[in-house]
Amino acid sequence: MSEKYLPLLATIAVFSALFITGGLLYNNFLSTLVLGDILADNAFVIIAAIGTTFVILSGGIDLSIGSMIGFVGVVMANLDPLGWHPLASGAAMLAFGLGFGALQGLIIDFCEIQPFIVTLAGLFLLRGSCFMINLDSVPIQHPFVAAFAATSIPLPGGGFLASSAIVMLVALVAAIVIAHFTRFGANIYAIGGDRVSAALMGVPMRRTTVAIYALGGFYSALGGVIYALYTSSGYPLAGTGNELTAIASVVLGGTVLTGGVGMVAGTLFGGMILGLIATLINFNGSLNGAWIMISGGVLLFLFIVMQRSLLSSFRLRGVA
Amino acid sequence: MTPGSNVETKTAALRPRANTETATLPQRLHGLRALAGHRAIWPLLALALILAVDGAISPGFFNVRIVEGRLFGNLIDILYRAMPTAVVALGMAVVIGTKGIDLSVGSVIAIVGAVITWRIHSGDPHLVVLMAALAVGVLCGLWNGFLVAVLDIQPIIATLILMVSGRGIGLMINLLYGGTNPSFTSPLLQGLSVGHIGLVPTRIILGAAIFGALWLLIRRTALGLFLESVGGNSAAADLAGINARLIKYAAYIICGFCAAWAGVVLAADTHTSDPVSIGLYIELDAILAVVIGGGSLSGGRIYLGMTVLGALIIQALTTSILTSGLPPEYNLVVKAFVVIVVLLLQSANLRAALSKGFTGRKR
Repeated sequence: MSEKYLPLLATIAVFSALFITGGLLYNNFLSTLVLGDILADNAFVIIAAIGTTFVILSGGIDLSIGSMIGFVGVVMANLDPLGWHPLASGAAMLAFGLGFGALQGLIIDFCEIQPFIVTLAGLFLLRGSCFMINLDSVPIQHPFVAAFAATSIPLPGGGFLASSAIVMLVALVAAIVIAHFTRFGANIYAIGGDRVSAALMGVPMRRTTVAIYALGGFYSALGGVIYALYTSSGYPLAGTGNELTAIASVVLGGTVLTGGVGMVAGTLFGGMILGLIATLINFNGSLNGAWIMISGGVLLFLFIVMQRSLLSSFRLRGVA
Repeated sequence: MTPGSNVETKTAALRPRANTETATLPQRLHGLRALAGHRAIWPLLALALILAVDGAISPGFFNVRIVEGRLFGNLIDILYRAMPTAVVALGMAVVIGTKGIDLSVGSVIAIVGAVITWRIHSGDPHLVVLMAALAVGVLCGLWNGFLVAVLDIQPIIATLILMVSGRGIGLMINLLYGGTNPSFTSPLLQGLSVGHIGLVPTRIILGAAIFGALWLLIRRTALGLFLESVGGNSAAADLAGINARLIKYAAYIICGFCAAWAGVVLAADTHTSDPVSIGLYIELDAILAVVIGGGSLSGGRIYLGMTVLGALIIQALTTSILTSGLPPEYNLVVKAFVVIVVLLLQSANLRAALSKGFTGRKR
């Protein structure tokens, strides 16, 4: 087996260990019901994190995710009273996400400005646009939203796979295909591994960079659509800080932040680990939100240190 | 990176200010002046433009009065409100100069606020509390420095760890003695934050003092040269005999100290420890201030004065949105556009494309 699977395996091992710990601590924790809940609650942020995985694999970063989630919800909620079907407004927002991401990618590549700064401006722009549209939470009352929430696939053991989780899994499969079975995916790994070499080998830099950020924008818009449907509302502060959750999910999923190393599938487990920690702390009842933040930081630290040692001992750089 | 460009970066980093190869002193002075003029011109024009628009919209914008023995007016207000961000941005400029970044400054501010409130509730003398608060900032800087310099973790991620957990640590400290958002009063700390010496608000004087001290440290000792050379090319600086690890530690400690100072000012201003919302997004504003001031995230340059200018532009923008009668909701969008415009102006590729018609560089 190739060394490139080691970080992914470590992520899955940590997830399993946490899940089993929960099972030992609390009755009924070790069930598909809890698993389905974690998937449903975190589907939107995992979807956004999948998009971020591509950006980070290429050595970039996208800070506009959280604002995109909020913006998509607010626009969908405001289109609802105008008679738009949530699917239509959702599709429009997906197109917007694609275009917005592409624009960010173009500015990053053409103007040679750091992705951090460009997507930071994107964060301000989208969040500010939310505030300009409205300041309160607006409900989406279309019957489709209720139907979406009611749709689920029963799992053995009493749990069920919510519709948001299904969308997330489909998005994940699509991302795996893009990352590992297309030329575009190989180009992403090449740019992340070594920009200069990739350019010299003939990777179309501008087109690929624009496509990477467009993909990131598309996935975060999809996360926003799912969040709006899941909460059946649009709230201008929705998704605040989710860019950090998404980046943390990607890192916990075994993707190396300098780019070039990692797997999209790991992001699913990275996001699930964060969701699992929140669930564990909720099950405890006496712990509060502060623990979620601190344990997130501690896990991040442990994973990064683990990645460093793996990287130095197995020379993982550039293995796609 | 090719070997050739390594050498270039290194030599450029070791001569941080003068780019002239073989020049007589007058020529070099002239070149320097032209360079400085070029560097400062766009941000200065931006600030002037913002203020001019304000002056046109609201007559009397530039009035400075003396009310109850202290200066009042929009210009003073901009300085007053910009100070915490400006000081954080100064620390950020030092870190960015070493090719690093510190995302944790907002969390450091949250921890500092929580520690201040906690120690005052425990009955410590307020001077000791102040020292403890600044020590906490240094400690946070040590932690970030350890991750970046010793464990060799990418700065954006290394400092993300404290950013994610710092506000949680602040909440935990609050819970030590019960209470979600405990409040405190301290004549000393509030004097430093909202008081005034003579006519001038104390925090402006202290901010200027920190700027002066940092300027002396960076521009009148070898430390500045070392910081910039580590940012230009860490490996080359190491080979040249500079202890890159130590220099990186120094940068993050300076940044932590600056953040702690901002934490003292902000916590004393609100009289509470509110870890969830104190200093929210200040790291982004600080990084913006550095970038608007012409600092590059790829390191090798520290522009202290320009960074303060950047912070003033950001605050002037916020103030003018409020005074112009636009709803405050427009703040972020306007800020985003100004950032994009300033950055696009600095892009050589875009300028070339605009001046030569849209030919673009084929890639």
